[in-house]
This record gives sequence, structure tokens and C-alpha cells, in this order.
Amino acid sequence: MLDLTPKEITQRKGLVINPAKTCQPIGAMYAALGIKGCMPHSHGSQGCSSYHRMHLTRHFRDPIIGTTSSFTEGAAVFGGKSNLTDSIKNIFTIYNPDVIAINTTCLSETIGDDIPSIVLSTEVPEGKFVFHANTPSYVGSHITGFSNMVKAMVKTFTKPKVEENGKINIIPGFVNPGDMREIKYLLKTMDVPFIMMPDTSGVVDTAMTGKYEMFSKGGTTIDELKDTGNSMASLALGQWASEAAANDIEKIAKVKSITLKTPIGIKATDDFLMSVSEITGKIIPAELEEQRGQLVDILTDTHFHFHGKKVAIFGDPDIIIAMTEFCLSIGMKPVHVLTGTNGEAIEKTIKAMLDEAGIQANVKAWGDLFTLHQWIKNEPVDLILGNTYGKFISKAEDTPLVRIGFPVLDRSVHSYMPIVGYKGAMRLIESISGALLDKQDRDAKDEDLELVM
Amino acid sequence: MKVIDEILESYPAKVMKSRKTHMLVKGEGCESGCKQKIEANTRTMPGVMTNRGCAYAGCKGVVLGPLKDMIHIVHGPIGCSYYAWGTRRNKGRINKDEQNFLNYAFSTDMQDPDVVFGGEKKLELAIKEAVEIFKPKAITISATCPVGLIGDDINAVADKAQKEYGIPVLAFSCEGYKGVSQSAGHHIANNKLMKDVIGKNKDANGDGFSINILGEYNIGGDGWEIGRILNKIGYKVLSIMTGDGTFEELTGAHKAKLNLVQCHRSINYIAEMLEKKYGTPWLKVNFIGVEATIRTLRDIALYFNDKDLTLKTEEIIKEEFESIKEDMANYKEMVQGKKACLFVGGSRSDHYQELLKDIGVSTILAGFEFAHRDDYEGRDIIPDIKIDADSRNIEELEVEKDEKNYTLYLTPEQYDELKTKIPLGNYEGLINLSEDGTVIVDDLNHFETEKFINALKPDLFASGIKDKYMIQKMGVFSKQLHSYDYSGPYAGFKGAVNFARDIAMGITSPTWKLVTPPWKVVKPLNGTVAVGGEV
Repeated sequence: MLDLTPKEITQRKGLVINPAKTCQPIGAMYAALGIKGCMPHSHGSQGCSSYHRMHLTRHFRDPIIGTTSSFTEGAAVFGGKSNLTDSIKNIFTIYNPDVIAINTTCLSETIGDDIPSIVLSTEVPEGKFVFHANTPSYVGSHITGFSNMVKAMVKTFTKPKVEENGKINIIPGFVNPGDMREIKYLLKTMDVPFIMMPDTSGVVDTAMTGKYEMFSKGGTTIDELKDTGNSMASLALGQWASEAAANDIEKIAKVKSITLKTPIGIKATDDFLMSVSEITGKIIPAELEEQRGQLVDILTDTHFHFHGKKVAIFGDPDIIIAMTEFCLSIGMKPVHVLTGTNGEAIEKTIKAMLDEAGIQANVKAWGDLFTLHQWIKNEPVDLILGNTYGKFISKAEDTPLVRIGFPVLDRSVHSYMPIVGYKGAMRLIESISGALLDKQDRDAKDEDLELVM
Repeated sequence: MKVIDEILESYPAKVMKSRKTHMLVKGEGCESGCKQKIEANTRTMPGVMTNRGCAYAGCKGVVLGPLKDMIHIVHGPIGCSYYAWGTRRNKGRINKDEQNFLNYAFSTDMQDPDVVFGGEKKLELAIKEAVEIFKPKAITISATCPVGLIGDDINAVADKAQKEYGIPVLAFSCEGYKGVSQSAGHHIANNKLMKDVIGKNKDANGDGFSINILGEYNIGGDGWEIGRILNKIGYKVLSIMTGDGTFEELTGAHKAKLNLVQCHRSINYIAEMLEKKYGTPWLKVNFIGVEATIRTLRDIALYFNDKDLTLKTEEIIKEEFESIKEDMANYKEMVQGKKACLFVGGSRSDHYQELLKDIGVSTILAGFEFAHRDDYEGRDIIPDIKIDADSRNIEELEVEKDEKNYTLYLTPEQYDELKTKIPLGNYEGLINLSEDGTVIVDDLNHFETEKFINALKPDLFASGIKDKYMIQKMGVFSKQLHSYDYSGPYAGFKGAVNFARDIAMGITSPTWKLVTPPWKVVKPLNGTVAVGGEV
């Protein structure tokens, strides 16, 4: 497995090998799916939409809708105006969504199609909406695309404040519907009214009923999006996927924007709850305090399963930042931390945490999994935390992989279960301990196999 | 058919006009002997949720990707390389001293400045780094959408690199917007492989009953299962194009005495060109299905017309058939009488009809995602196909007879006579291979899939990942025939059993009975359950 990867690291400036990121449009599409009754539309070649739907479908194992402008060479040369106007007409006639969320592609961005003016010249049925996000594939990553689509929601729907609605805006970031449900559970338990945008729960984790509904009951409603300007504050969970949109709401409606880490692990969850409490004046109820206590109990009782273990973490910026914090908080040693998304600030944030913990580590933004593998060859780890693509390295180096983040293509149920909140942290510990102990059991001599661990 | 009318009526005028020509009912409104016409390989209407992909997917993803000993660099933003990395199940294993790049993805990860100022320098650098780290024997470069637009000359970069590093560097201008589907990319890949790879090994040896298997991508190990049977009979497989294939094998593929064509759409270009250039005929085969495999093996034996080979063929058929007979019968008992819809790519919607027939499942709807008219109507139609603007820009490579290497295994008379018995140089097409009453749909889309399921009520819908879960949400088992849902092989004798097992499992899974919660089951007055949990 990956036999051709040399241990010796050479600098590369032209070639990315085994990427740890993908392009903007898929993130934009995922965000758009979090609006109720929304058809994500990809303005570009058919392949983009096909690949994005394929990948999202494999991760969620649920129907993922999305249309495309189906560019041909003619459109690439003369512009995609008629493709887009035809698309809008056909989408409303055939599928009848409430809203179409257009994302651009490297193709339509390179030819410079002016989406707003094309949309303006197109008839949109009354009460329906068409909006767009610019998501050139040659800038940033899928996380940038997610962020840009959420920004576009704000730009399109958020209005200056009219009257306080008593709610807080929650931008959950590029996380699973299971995570969004857990965040909503925390807020409901605190008795805090909220608007979650986007919200893919009930959209990409739908129930089997024997009936297919293209537009399911989940998703943020247009009314909610329009109401975001009346909220008390916006909580951006994850600087990289969510902060920009929260800041834009603040600019439009003077709604205070607060950026927190994705609430993975005990500290980030504490911060989240305290922040919500501070904004709303609601107390953190006993139910959640009890959960926290249970989590600490587990962490203490099982600390010898994971304490001091070296770990490599890769994935999307907000996830790896929070995971690094969590790993440090339970005594693990993140020695390699890598994301494919570019941004020096990601490295800085992570390095600061590692420095404080006194851990020497490799940290890289805009890295790839070839580099991560080489790092691991030079400094082996006990565990890899990352998405499915880590399985090749995991096999090559006989190092267990705990699957977190996007995409997870080779295991199921993950998208329904949280990694955020105290419950999510329990689940992470179950996975991490399990992976480490499974390996210990597998490698144990008969006389060393322990019944109780 | 009522459902077709209903579908068409729901469409805006322009879409209706187009879609109307892409669907028909086999035999309907057509006296015996008349030829039914279908439109194919034309643009998908924008905004219609199609299953189709792009030229890049057909070129790099389908044809080039499986060539395991080459480095395939994707020139463009990161996504295109990322999505074609390990997502198609073209299995490959390493032989001694071979390099295997199947688990690697290579990209120039084009950034904003590269789009503005050109990406050639970055591509040059990427090739240099690939050569320095891996020392591969050959490299391909696949262009993605922006590359063609900004005018990067990937051919010039490839030529320069080829001279500098002394290894073949092949450039493929397979930008996603070319053509109307993956099909354009197949053609682009075929052309270049024919021009610059096949036939380059002057010392290649084609002795014995040598064959190539074209259009076999070793999904789930199909190619290995086919190879196992052919080797057992005594054939010498020079190359599989391109499943588990290598650059090395391709260079000597011109020496084969016969080319077998499994997926007609993706590789018929190479098959045709090989015949023109080297005189090697091609035979349309189908290794999907027990009866189909037996027929195919007999067809191949007829071509070589060797007494021992023919005897051996019958012996192996008997042996293999005996080994699976019982299992097939058991699975047949479980699913007999069920109805299937098939929507897949190149040729599978006709291939799988045969395998389904083996287990008593009839096909009521069949369609192709990116086929051309000849895949539906048969190759006789080719002279009548009008080349439209979208296909015109895909090069029609003209090859000439290679006098030195041109060999005929059969005399022209023998060839003509055999052609009346076996599909030599011919593909009959989906329409002709389907039963009367089968609905034939080209470029089936999401909306139509839903409508057809409601109207036709199939027990099984074989398609791809993008519509799998929508179909299952409707209570119908969906089998992926691109990835086999990570099972396989499905080809040959042993493969047929795997398929039969998976279909029986999918249709009879007890989980279908759990869909309706027990508290929603209507009870009649006497208290016994009147409506089952099935939906």
C-alpha cells in the first residue's frame, strides 16, 4: 500500500499528491442543501454537479439533489447566459423548489459570466428566489465554498434590524446533520430560541417512509433567513466555515458576531454553552451539567487508554483546530496536524495551542496526504484522526484510523451521530479508545490478552 | 405509453421537444421488422437533473485512470483530480517490479494566479517533481475546464517534458465542456492511446490464441474473472483495456489476433482503428450472464476455429456451469418473476438483461447514460448519424494500414461468412437486444426515474449512486451497476452467482418489511393484520 511514497521529504511547488481538500462548489452545494425547499444549481459543466452529488451521496447515503447548467463548448466560448436562463425556467417548471442557490465553477468564473445580471433578466416565479455565490474552484477549498454560500444567504436574505426576535443565529459550519441536531438539542435544553443556518438535518438524513420527497421538511426556511437580522447575536461555529457570514450579518443588521470553535470536545462545548448563556441570560441547566460530569468521569476513568498517545490529525480547518484542542485536553499528543485548505492563520492557531502544551509538531495548511504520510514515516503515531482518505496511510503504516469529518465514504451511521457537544465527545472517546485497544488486542500474545481493560 | 405522455406534458416546451425523441417503447407503433429510431448523444437540457458527467470523467476517470503504471496528472483546480481518486472500482494489482499508482492522485491544484497568468509553468514543475520523486515509465496530463479557456498549451508542455525526461508524456485535451457527456472523453482518450501507445512495442509477441479484452475496466474484479476463464481455455490475453491495465501491455496490444469488445461505447474507436491499421477484427462479447458467457466463449472459439480449442471451450463451459448450477437455481427460485429497470452507461443496460434473465428477472425499462444512436439501434445506423456541433470538435482520428504489421487471421471470405454467425465487428444495439414492450430511455433523469417507478412498479432498479437512495426511499431495491455496491465480480460464471446472491439479498432483505411502523398498520375488525409492512 502506497509503496511508492518515499520517507525522504522533498519540497514540492507544482504537484499536489493525494489532496486533503477539494474545490469550492461542493461546499457551496452542501450549504445550499441546508435551506428548506432549495435546489442547488451548479453553473458549469455537467461533471462538476455529477461529482459533487456523487461524493455527497456517498458520504450521507441519502438522496442529494442538484442541477447543472450543462455547459457545452459553445457555452464555454460564448458565455453561459442562455444555459442559466434555461436552467432557471426548467428547474421551476419541473422541480418547483422555493429557491435556487446557484454556485459558479472554475469554468463559469474563468469566462466571467455575470450571474446577477443574468438572473435579473430571467423570469422568476412570484414568491420564489434565485441567488448565487461565486465559488471559483481555483481559490480556497470546499470550506471556502461553504463559507461563500452562507455569505450569499446573508447577502440575499438578511435585512437591517426591525425588531428583536429574541433568537440567536447559529452558523454550524461544515458538519454533519447529526452535529446540527446535537447543537439544536443543546440550545433547546437551554430554552434558547435560535435560527440555525444552514441546517441540513432533515435534508440529508431523511427517514425511510416508502415515499420520496424531493424537498423534505428539513432546512432553514426563507422566513428564518430573512429574520436573522432581528436576532440578538450570531454565533459562528468555526472561524473558517462560518465567521464571514456572521460578520456580514453584523454589518447589515448590527447583530453581534461571535466566533467560537466548532464545539468538539469538552472545552469548546463549555465555551459554546457559556457564550449562549452570556448572550441570552439563560442558565446552563442541570441536564447538561450532568452530561458534562459524565464525560469528565469517562475521561478520567479511561485516561490510560489514550494519555500520551501520539496522534496525526487531518481534515478541514475548523475540525482540526477543535480536535487538536480536544486531544490536548485529554493528554494526547498531536504531532502532525494538516489541512488541505490554505490559510497561514490556521497554522498559527494550531501552533499556539501546541506551543502552550509544549509539543513539537508538524503543522501545515495547504498540505496534502502525501506529506502527512511522509511525516508519519519519519515520526510514527499511534492513531490517525481524519476522513476516509486516511485509510491508505492507516493500512500502509498499520496505524488505526478514527474517521471524523468529511468525507467518510466507507463507514455508515457517522452522519447521524454527533461529534460535537458532550455526547459527541463521549462518542469520540469511545471510537478513539476502541481503535487503540482493538490494535492492542490484535497484537497481544495469548498470554497478554486482557479480558478487562 | 401513458407515463411517457405524462412525463412529457410536465416539461417546458423546449425540454419536451428534446426528451420526446429520447424515449420509446420497443415494438410500439412499429410493425415487425421496422427499425425504431432514438435520439442520443445530444445535449442534456440545462437545469434537468441528469446523471451524466463530463468529458474529463470519461477520459481520465474511465479510460486512463485504470492504467496503473502511469502517473496521471490532472491539470486544473483540485476538485477534478480529487473526485477521480479511488472513486471508480477499477481494481489493479502489482506484478513484480511494476509501479502501481492507483492509490495516488496527482494535481497541479491550479490557483487564481495560474488562471490569470497561465498554468504551463506550474504544469512543467509538476511533471518535474513527479519524475524526480517517482521515476515513472510514462505520464499522462488531463486538462480540466479552465485549461482550454486560458489557452495553456498542454501538448507543448508534454512534448518538452518527453524530450527532457526521455519518457512518454501524453497530453489529453479533455476539458469538461467538450461533447455532451463522458462519451467525448472516451473518444479523446482512445485517439491518443491509439496514436501514441498501442503498437509502440515492435518486439511484441502475438503467438498463440492471442486476444485483447477492450472496454473491460475490472470493476469488482470482472476482468480477473474473465481472464481466469480465458486462460483456462488456452487464450493468451495480451492486454485488458484498461482495467488492471498497464502502459507496457498496451504498447504490444496490436499483436493480438482478435479483439474482444465488452463495453462498446467507451472503446469502439480503438477496436475500429486496430482493425483498420493492423487487420485485427473485433468481436462484441458479453461476459455478463451465464448464457451470455457461454455464447461468447463459443463465438470466440468459432473465430479461431481450432479443434482442440473448441473441445477445451466446451469442457470448460461444462465444468464452470456445473460448479454454479445449483447456486444459480437457488437464487432464481428466490427472485423469479421480478421486474427490473436498468439505467447504466456504455453497454451494461443490455449486458445485465441477460444475467437477470438467467435468474428469471425480466427487464421492463432500459437506458444508457452517454450512449450514441448505434448503441441503441445497432452499428448499421452509423452512416445515418448526423454529427452535430457538440461532437464535431472531437477529433475523428484517421489511421492508415500498417503494411508491415497488417495481418489477417481470416480470409475475407471466411470473415464474411463468420459475420453472419457471430457479432464480428458488430453491435446490434440495445433496442434490438431488448424484448418487445421494454421502455427504452436515453439520458434518463431524476424526474423521469421517479415517474417511471411510480408507473412501472419495478422490484429492482439498477443504476448509479446519484439516484440509488431516491429509488430506495420509494421502497424499491436499487443496485449500483457502476460500483456493484462494492461487491463483485459479476462477470463470468462465478460472477453470475455473486450477482444473483446480491440481487436476491437486496430484494428479500427483511428490512423492507420494517418500513411501516406497526402502529400504522390498519387492523380490520377481527383484529388480524390486513396490511403488511411492505410498501
